[in-house]
Amino acid sequence: MEIPKSFLGYKREDGRSGTRNHVIILPVDDISNACAEAVANNIKGTIALPHSYGRLQFGADLELHFRTMIGTGRNPNVAAVIVIGIEPKWTKRIVDAIAVTGKPVEGFSIEGVGDIDTIAKVSKKAQEFSIWASEKQREERPISDLWISVKCGESDTTSGLASNPTVGNLMDKLEPLGVHLCFGETSELTGAETVCEKRGKTPEAQEKFKKTWNAYNDFILKEATDDLSESQPTAGNIAGGLTTIEEKAFGNFQKIGSRQFIDVLEPAEEPTKGPGLYFMDTSSAAAECVTLQAAGGYNIHLFPTGQGNIIGNPIEPVIKLTANPLTAKTMSEHIDVDVSKILSREMNLDQAGDELIKATLRVANGRLTCAEALGHKEFVMTKLYRSA
Amino acid sequence: MQISNKEIVTMANTDIIIHDEKDNVGVVVIEKITPSQDCNCWVMENDKSVQIQSKDEIPLGHKIAMIDLNEGDTILKYGHDIGKVVKSIKKGEHVHVHNVKTKKW
Repeated sequence: MEIPKSFLGYKREDGRSGTRNHVIILPVDDISNACAEAVANNIKGTIALPHSYGRLQFGADLELHFRTMIGTGRNPNVAAVIVIGIEPKWTKRIVDAIAVTGKPVEGFSIEGVGDIDTIAKVSKKAQEFSIWASEKQREERPISDLWISVKCGESDTTSGLASNPTVGNLMDKLEPLGVHLCFGETSELTGAETVCEKRGKTPEAQEKFKKTWNAYNDFILKEATDDLSESQPTAGNIAGGLTTIEEKAFGNFQKIGSRQFIDVLEPAEEPTKGPGLYFMDTSSAAAECVTLQAAGGYNIHLFPTGQGNIIGNPIEPVIKLTANPLTAKTMSEHIDVDVSKILSREMNLDQAGDELIKATLRVANGRLTCAEALGHKEFVMTKLYRSA
Repeated sequence: MQISNKEIVTMANTDIIIHDEKDNVGVVVIEKITPSQDCNCWVMENDKSVQIQSKDEIPLGHKIAMIDLNEGDTILKYGHDIGKVVKSIKKGEHVHVHNVKTKKW
């Protein structure tokens, strides 16, 4: 198949391209959720991203909170941003970092004003942003402006055999075109960690991966009361036939095809070494992982599933594929691409990879994913440790 | 983008897929296989076909032993070590959490 050289996206002020055109209302902290949701309810074409944290965090955990907030606002799928916090200082820090992209952003704080007057004031600004964004048009953008993140969930043996290798096939075909790619799931590489380490393109990348995985493993050894065998693989994985975490890891690993990663990213960190594949240190919980990848700037997500994970994200469209014929049948409203014909040898990986590329481009051009049509917008912050 | 899959069970003539030539387990890719069923296996890596007779009922996505395995043996899938046998397994039997454990913990 000849791969199209462009897609229809929204050109942003910083030169990047969005596959979506959201106006978001971003609460800095848990107690600003009510205000953000009231504004989104008042003003059509805006979306609130409520979450559970943002107070009394400190150290690396606080830095991750800021990075996730800022990265979400900077994502090219976002046209304009309203930031609402209880107090002005942290709010301003987020606003200033988003403003660097050149997109419209405005911050508000509630202390000394109260919810009701804040809601009135913010609603006026949100209306202005919503109407402004509604005039943005899709235009032809180079395929290299696609930043594709991947993560699998509710995996079973069909994931490792067919749907994950389909994603790997897409990576092998799109990386030479200058696309940014990202995989994560530090914990679910356990069992395949030494093989994964060798996929680092440079000794530095390999060393960084080793350090990242070891830090994760040390944390598990310190926190776990016995081991992870109760939660990894999950009950859903076991029902699907996956027996050990090693089996899950090597299945998971099929998603990167034969690519090598050029760098290891902190959670929610934006890649800076140009196009190619990156590994991001993330949890393997679906919503946390996709939220971090979206905050890293990725604008379209591929999600292979076995038993049928139903996740979506508010700003990054999540395309689901499955090779499990039962899941494709019983959960069809969640499955964008059905590659179960690989298992009956009616389709090979090359054809499945082409189908996935076509589907990815259609979604990049504006086709709603199943998760978007169903209203899935899981926005989940990663918390590193308890707050002060 | 949906590909109709209503006749998937009847169309399938591959019952089991083996990922890598070195693997000692295969994965059931039809709804289930029944005891004493003669199954067609496809080795993805080299595109070869082999046959096996099952001993257990094994559902979609679950593994079957391609050879006799003793306690302490290593299970190979994707050509890699995915765990150890903790209860001996006969060729054609179901391979899962009741007879295989991780080597990690």
